[in-house]
Amino acid sequence: MKNYAALAKLCYSFKLQILCFAKIYKGWIIKILNVKISIKNLNFYYNDKQAIHDLNLDIPANEVTSVIGPSDSGITTLLRSLNRLCDLNREARAEGDILLDGKSIFGKEVNVTELRRRVGMVFDVPAPLPISIFDNIAYGPRLNGKKNRKELAGIVEQSLSMAALWDEVKDRLNKPAMSLSGGQQQRLCVARVLALMPEVILLDRPCSGLDPISTAKIEESLIKLKERFTIVIAPHNVQQAGRISDRVAFMLMGDLIEEGTNASVFSSPKDRRTNDYITGRFG
Amino acid sequence: MRLKFDEQLDRLNNLLIEMGWLVEQAIADANKALVEKDVDLAKKVIELDDEVDSREKELDSLCLRLIMQQQPVASDLRFISAILKIITNLERIGDHASDISEITISLAGKQYIKKLEHIPQMADAAIKMVTESIGAFVKKDLDLAREVIASDKFVDNLFETVKNDLILLIKEKADNGDQAIDLMMVAKYFEKIADHATNVAEWVVFSITGTHKDIKIM
Repeated sequence: MKNYAALAKLCYSFKLQILCFAKIYKGWIIKILNVKISIKNLNFYYNDKQAIHDLNLDIPANEVTSVIGPSDSGITTLLRSLNRLCDLNREARAEGDILLDGKSIFGKEVNVTELRRRVGMVFDVPAPLPISIFDNIAYGPRLNGKKNRKELAGIVEQSLSMAALWDEVKDRLNKPAMSLSGGQQQRLCVARVLALMPEVILLDRPCSGLDPISTAKIEESLIKLKERFTIVIAPHNVQQAGRISDRVAFMLMGDLIEEGTNASVFSSPKDRRTNDYITGRFG
Repeated sequence: MRLKFDEQLDRLNNLLIEMGWLVEQAIADANKALVEKDVDLAKKVIELDDEVDSREKELDSLCLRLIMQQQPVASDLRFISAILKIITNLERIGDHASDISEITISLAGKQYIKKLEHIPQMADAAIKMVTESIGAFVKKDLDLAREVIASDKFVDNLFETVKNDLILLIKEKADNGDQAIDLMMVAKYFEKIADHATNVAEWVVFSITGTHKDIKIM
């Protein structure tokens, strides 16, 4: 009997050690990944229709995370949830939680305008305001109370440079933004988000209507921007995800099917559905 | 939606099967020509090598075109890159069959210093390995590919037997030396053919698992 008691004690102690190790290990993993956004058990509904099913995903800081999948998979909904743009839709309802730097974005104390400054968004169709190039970029900072022309000029130059557009427009900043080409307009929209000094940039199929050269310029600027920002993109095709992503998440009909590094998902995906989608067998 | 791509992949598969069949034919004929001292057949094997080479170039070109046009990923990329590796090995097998036939022609009209017993066994085993490795690729049969890899040992052992026999023959009579070296070369070519078939099987494993010789490369 004594032996059994000693064995039980030993097992209990061993179990405690394992639990302790697991806790340390988990912390280590989170530290290594440097999670910026953590999505926990997210369910999203439009009235009775469920668009996202119990989604869990960690988005690491200073990396490009691509969310891929066929249309109607809940990708746009997911992106719009990350800065609560979905709140604008009265039929929309979210359950679960999204943590930005460990804090819930759904908390009562959260200032949604400030959240959308921290988590900026670029849409599929470039939508410059019908004003000058300079004023498009300065619009957000002005709303935030910045009036000094010199300070605004500095922000405009820095934002346009980061979006790889400065050299092309520096001599015509007072010209209408609508006079720019489609690719330039989209980079202007990226610059407009950057002018607000965000932490996360969401891009919903930002190159869907652009030519290969403009697409390449936006992709190059995104790769540079990840050094300072966290980027979540819904690419317009699988090849773009392959070119620019550090991590890839595959969604299908509201479910997160698979998530992993670019190399793992694009070389040996674990799920058959991921393989079939990225190889073009459906979608 | 990827109908054309699937058709192109099927074409790749069929061309590979044809190239495999040509290579098997080359090994079988090289062996038959050697055993039966058939110089005409040996010449045909040498001519067949040009056909094997042109199939390799055709497959090479189609693979590169598919990579350029379709930008394949995941299982498609493994499939196409495995074919690029496999055809290089099949082309080398064709070269070795041709090399054996050149020796057959040089030995024409001479009495063999020993009965050819183990060399035809090596040829049969090598043909089986090539057939099964291509079969494993087409059927995506991992077990069959691993069986091919394991069977290389059998051919290696036969090579050792042939080598020891030839050493004894040289020791018995120095005049046997010239032909013993030729037969040794023939045995070595068959042993190399089996090695290339093993390589093919290893790339079959890669195409299915992404792992090559226990190293995850994709």
